[in-house]
Amino acid sequence: MTKPRRPTLAVWKFASCDGCQLTLLDCEEELLAVAGAVEIARFLEATRAVRPGPYDISLVEGSITTAADRDRIQAVRRESGLLVAIGACAAGGGIQALRNRASLAELTAAVYARPDYLDTLAESTPIAEHVPVDYELRGCPIAKGQLLEVITALLAGRQPVLPPHSVCHDCKLAGQVCVMVAQGIPCLGPLTQAGCGALCPGFQRGCYGCFGPMEQPNRPALDHWLRALGVGTAAAGRLDGRFDPRLQALAEDTGD
Amino acid sequence: MAQVQGVALNDNQDPDTRRLVITRDGLAVLLNALRRHGYRLIGPRLGDGAIQFTDIDGVDDLPQGWTAVQEAGHYRLQRRADAALFGYAVGPHSLKRYLHPPRLRLWRMHRDAMQGCSSDSGADPGGDPGGDAETSDRDPQTTAPAGPFAFVGVRPCELRALAIQDRVLLGGQQIDPHYQARRAGCFIVAVACGSPGGTCFCQSMQAGPGLRDGFDLGLTELDTDPTDPPQGQRLLLAIGSARGRALLTEIPHRPATAAEIAQGERVVARAADAMGRHLDGDGLRERLLAVLEHPYWDQVGARCLGCTNCTLVCPTCFCTSVEDHTDLTGQYAERTRRWDSCFTGDFSYIHGGSVRQHRAARYRQWLLHKLATWHDQFGSPGCVGCGRCITWCPVGIDLSAEAAALAAAAASQPGLPTAPPADPSPAPTSAPQPAAMPARRHE
Repeated sequence: MTKPRRPTLAVWKFASCDGCQLTLLDCEEELLAVAGAVEIARFLEATRAVRPGPYDISLVEGSITTAADRDRIQAVRRESGLLVAIGACAAGGGIQALRNRASLAELTAAVYARPDYLDTLAESTPIAEHVPVDYELRGCPIAKGQLLEVITALLAGRQPVLPPHSVCHDCKLAGQVCVMVAQGIPCLGPLTQAGCGALCPGFQRGCYGCFGPMEQPNRPALDHWLRALGVGTAAAGRLDGRFDPRLQALAEDTGD
Repeated sequence: MAQVQGVALNDNQDPDTRRLVITRDGLAVLLNALRRHGYRLIGPRLGDGAIQFTDIDGVDDLPQGWTAVQEAGHYRLQRRADAALFGYAVGPHSLKRYLHPPRLRLWRMHRDAMQGCSSDSGADPGGDPGGDAETSDRDPQTTAPAGPFAFVGVRPCELRALAIQDRVLLGGQQIDPHYQARRAGCFIVAVACGSPGGTCFCQSMQAGPGLRDGFDLGLTELDTDPTDPPQGQRLLLAIGSARGRALLTEIPHRPATAAEIAQGERVVARAADAMGRHLDGDGLRERLLAVLEHPYWDQVGARCLGCTNCTLVCPTCFCTSVEDHTDLTGQYAERTRRWDSCFTGDFSYIHGGSVRQHRAARYRQWLLHKLATWHDQFGSPGCVGCGRCITWCPVGIDLSAEAAALAAAAASQPGLPTAPPADPSPAPTSAPQPAAMPARRHE
């Protein structure tokens, strides 16, 4: 009896820091099992050896920021069975999308000695603005548990469990005390999608929204409350949702 | 100690009306005795800016001399002038966390090349009611070693919530065996409320602040002078069950004086006058059901975050969802139950979409279930007046104020049809009303 062919997995990088694909190596205990369950056909962070496509599963990290990448994502899509966008950059545009709110010429002049060397698009955009995306893993970086959940679900032919509810929901499941109510720490948990296990509130910090908007975020309501508390709006400081620009876009949107 | 663990759920057939007094040292002996008898002690303890309800080792872990200021969307620990052991109102956690845990593995299955599949309940082989929660290093409270629970510092509102959970999870045709196993062996040391919080309204819901029944041992902490030493705390003690009486043989105690009994009554009377909130329950069900389409629901929906905090801190909300997980080898699968909430879209998702698309509809579902349709379904309100949903709402939405506003709206629209009165004693096996169906999905 021949063993069934293992699904092939490819990892692709666009504008990103590599932290999300590093999560695959971070699986450590499960890494051998992953390698046993899928054929890792293209993963440059692990090996230069690349098997030719097409690939059954593509993990796509990073946002689209150059004309070359805009073309390359089309090729990746053509070579991929299931395309999974991984991380805040791929899902929402990432921290580099801060430039979407400013003048590109002014920014590049402020940052680079020779901005004329740059060949870049005016905006950083998520993968789904360019090609159809089958699943989206949120976070900066993604959660290892969610990555394994998607891989095991695809192997078993079931839907992955990726609830779109708020970080608060998982914070309460974990039995953590609300940092905003009990300590007055501004927290984006009520607006942000779960998946991290409510990591930051568990360490007495406010959620900064790296998992992007939950299913129906009501940012005006949270802004109103934070203003009344005298801690400014969710747009102030680290609470501006800079890791996922989709949270920034919600200022006037009640999400309902 | 067979007589401690072998007693049935409501062991209150033999009320003992004696009033006794124990000291802080006596309480220490009591807690140690519970541990010695194999109980897992769960009680109040300071942590992460709140009085949590979590594992404790003994009397030294109690938040002596602390209280918490509570308002809508606001909770702050504060030092008390005296050395009260139980001088605070309920915190973010309730008994639900232990008896109806946030995550529970229902079963698991292994594929075996030789024998096909084998499955089991996922429960600890020792039959331990505390050991079948999902293993997760982020959730130590439900995975700590087992033993039947001894809950210490249970408030009257919490006892009422427990009675409601008993009705919901054990009182119908379908019983929840997980809740039943955890509930059956637990020992309850209740404490009358002497310091209600700013969001408390148990008096309105006739759930507190004094103790009636539903406990094994019931305490009322007597006032002390701020200059008294911390060891000087005295607590009135009432016996609520045979196992409570049995345990008392190991605890130093003495009869209460008439003055101490009167002092205990004053503590409770003072608490009744100090409720931070009020909810007029008179005809509330009918008034709320008369304003189903009132625009006020949209007003609340505009403020609501849909974050689910209110439902998860509520000691009576019991809804769950079920998730399936597999592993990388394809040789293992498990089914997990977790708390869910009527404030998520997935909760009411059926073919074609979510039944309740907007937060206004979800808030209406929740508030009406708590205060109106719960009567039809379970013969009581689903609210105990603990105030948690008010305190722990990140934007301070106040159930008591919203209900009052809606009831007032009903009063100002006399032309609206009113709901028929609820059957005061619905048969335990009657099917729930469709409007009140709490949608325990996939079960």
